[in-house]
Amino acid sequence: MMRFVSIRRLLAAVPALIMVLTMMAALAASPAHAVQVERVTSPGGIEAWLIRDHSNPITTLKLSFRGGAALDPDGKSGLANLAAATMDEGAGDMDSNTFQKALDERSITLRFTAGRDRFDGSLRTLNKHRDEAFEYLRLALNEPRFDEEPVERMRARIISGIRQQQEDPRNRAGRALFETAFEGHPYARDNDGTVESVSALTAADLRTFVGERIARDNLLIGVVGDIDAETLKGYLDKAFGTLPEKAAPWHVAKIAPKLSGGVQVIDVDVPQSAIQFAQPGILRSDPDFYTAYVLNYVIGGGGFVSRLYEEVREKRGLAYSVYSYLMPLDAAGAVMGGAATANARVAETVTTVRDVWKKFADEGPTPEELKDAKTYLTGAFPMRFTSSSAIADMLVGMQEENLGIDYIEKRNSYIEAVTLEDAKRVAKRLYQPDKLTFAIAGKPEGVVSGN
Amino acid sequence: MRMISKCVAVFALVAVVAVAWSERAAAKIFDPETFMLDNGMQVVVISNARAPVVRHMVWYKVGAADEAPGETGIAHLLEHLMFKGTTNYGPGVFSGQVARNGGQENAFTSYDYTAYHQTIAKDRLEMMMKLEADRMTNLVISEAQVAPERDVVLEERRSRVDNSPSAQLREQVNAALYLNYPYRRPIIGWEHEIRALDVDRILAFYKRYYAPNNAVLIVEGDVTAEELKPLAEKYYGVIPRGPEIERVRTTEPPARADKRVVLEHERVTQPAWSRRFIAPSYRYGETEHAYALQVLAEIVGGGPSSRLHKRLVLDDGIALSAGSYYGADDLGPATFVFYASPKPGVGMDRIEAVITDEIAKLLADGITPAELEGAIERMRNNAVFARDDFGTAARVFGSTLTTGGTVDEVENWLDRIGEVSVESVAAAAKHVLDGKHHVTAELLAKPQS
Repeated sequence: MMRFVSIRRLLAAVPALIMVLTMMAALAASPAHAVQVERVTSPGGIEAWLIRDHSNPITTLKLSFRGGAALDPDGKSGLANLAAATMDEGAGDMDSNTFQKALDERSITLRFTAGRDRFDGSLRTLNKHRDEAFEYLRLALNEPRFDEEPVERMRARIISGIRQQQEDPRNRAGRALFETAFEGHPYARDNDGTVESVSALTAADLRTFVGERIARDNLLIGVVGDIDAETLKGYLDKAFGTLPEKAAPWHVAKIAPKLSGGVQVIDVDVPQSAIQFAQPGILRSDPDFYTAYVLNYVIGGGGFVSRLYEEVREKRGLAYSVYSYLMPLDAAGAVMGGAATANARVAETVTTVRDVWKKFADEGPTPEELKDAKTYLTGAFPMRFTSSSAIADMLVGMQEENLGIDYIEKRNSYIEAVTLEDAKRVAKRLYQPDKLTFAIAGKPEGVVSGN
Repeated sequence: MRMISKCVAVFALVAVVAVAWSERAAAKIFDPETFMLDNGMQVVVISNARAPVVRHMVWYKVGAADEAPGETGIAHLLEHLMFKGTTNYGPGVFSGQVARNGGQENAFTSYDYTAYHQTIAKDRLEMMMKLEADRMTNLVISEAQVAPERDVVLEERRSRVDNSPSAQLREQVNAALYLNYPYRRPIIGWEHEIRALDVDRILAFYKRYYAPNNAVLIVEGDVTAEELKPLAEKYYGVIPRGPEIERVRTTEPPARADKRVVLEHERVTQPAWSRRFIAPSYRYGETEHAYALQVLAEIVGGGPSSRLHKRLVLDDGIALSAGSYYGADDLGPATFVFYASPKPGVGMDRIEAVITDEIAKLLADGITPAELEGAIERMRNNAVFARDDFGTAARVFGSTLTTGGTVDEVENWLDRIGEVSVESVAAAAKHVLDGKHHVTAELLAKPQS
């Protein structure tokens, strides 16, 4: 479950970018709210994108190192994740307890997370504790200790989490889809690793991870808050200036998801089956990405108004939650979705989703749907600017996807540019009912595994 | 948790509110404006011009704890049905309009309140107010709409409860902890009672409770009270006042026994232990302890500096996590809870012995001035962060004003927290924990057969 949530969040970041464009229209209407992105380069050559915001005496920083759990060596899956869990558990002269207490006493949030394609960090502090906050960030990145006690404590917690996920129906179904789609590829693995692989990781592995992955040439930084460029430059050199110049070379092979339209049933003794579905998708860099993004909103991305919502929930009452999303990873793209329904109604739900898919592939959206999707996606863009954390995430995402520093201004025009002709063409290209593959965890009635 | 919503985009619940609360304060951090419409609807405006966006919320002073016997789940099912159309707008119009205008919406039901909200560009606020005011009194529902939505709610119940051993245990624990107070019933309702809810009962509930004098309008974002007032009068002010509603709630008799509720389940891989005590809230029981109890929960179990984390997770190394929680904003009796997840191989008896020992130490020796100071400082800091989190202020005012609190109480929260002393914490701990009966919950793995 956790894994799935994080996947959806990851995706959510990309739409967020798109939304950035949309936002501009709204911003143009309210110039006082215009958002200025500054490219800040420190004397030591560290670059960060900054949005100044004086609303509160707070500084929020997000960072991302390219290359994530997909780079975990064979047999060591879960390494990036364990590193994320332990890098803030003691550094320099401070053991875990001292380090965590120092953060807690000052209400500083410092944490790391491992995604498939990147290793992320975040720092949030009151300005009155900012010097210390950046010092703790420097220590965590440059001198993590990986003492036995915190490593064992975090290992135990992660293993407990893996075991819990193994009993979660939605996670089971999602896992099955990934293992099918990316068989033989690192994307098939769980970021958290397995009980066996995590059990075997050592402090030496963690040090190797830091030595290979935490460097300046794969680092992206976004900052939001009550801080000016000059002040930020000093902190950038302090926290990141002594990191190695280059990360170890890395490569994740491109893969076309092996999704050929079958149904896989995973037996779990629960009253409600978790249904997850997927088919091959497109990459973020694909010229049709924005069109696909708009299409996804129409079929299953919109809260209470999508085709899936209408057919599965509103008309038939089959599920509380039904949705779809695009998953553009660095080395593969997929269209994914899910629902959950009583075991007796799984067959009807699967049929309904397939019907929605087929009709959408054949016909694409109606002119009305396209118009509504565009007004939603452009109109909702300002909501991306309501919290420091969301804005900082966007600044990092813009750099990750090479969207340009003026992306916020242009984003809505990309959405506006999608025509009905594009939409119909891309619907046919993207949505492939015969490739739509289901994994169902539960005791579904009248549904069996097969192609 | 104590809140469920129309869609899965579940809110960060109690924690956010707790943090949010920390935010209002001596420093008057939220600094809202408030006024009352002639028909008795209170309005609160929290201006924040950071983005050209507003969050518009209508909170009703009715929740699952106001349901009559035999109709559990009616407040929540009504919340779902509020999206089905009115005499003026057909089914789907509301959500369609919100979406077409770039808005995001949802609703949620708790024990003490039900709320509807949209986040939308500021220039669409008037349209939103028009639609929300309309469904306060003009809802139309038919059995043909209720039937599939009842199914949706049953699926929601399966997702949240029937598929989750820990949620099943929580339902049983609440029923054991509260002898007579309606918090003993699940917000989403018992399945057999959800199935029995029909249009007539739902509409009767709606007509009784949905009225301007039983609602609070809260708008946070890029708008001022001066701008909002004429719109509030135009759309909400014209709705006739409904009958005065007195919230009749039962009271709890004293607990006479300790209880242990155990759920052993094949799908449990991580056991969990907790112990709950009934505690005062801002509105119920010995309310003077409500602030000290918040500080106490922070010291005992609020984070990496807390006593339980240090003892169980770090020093003894017997738990993966441990802590305590208390929330003061229930209209009825609150809960003070201690919890821990044992490491593999550690027995529940060991966890229980150590936490019992910590409670005994707390009662014997109280807290230190340094602990008090640290906890209050963290709560002050969190208050600043809460302001940075859009929507938090609206949520705090909504939950406070629908449970008998006032705007000033919210604004003065940090003052009250700052007045908490070593002595008042000791008195509060004694009141809630000393010799008091409790409910212990154990979630256990059952060996697969």
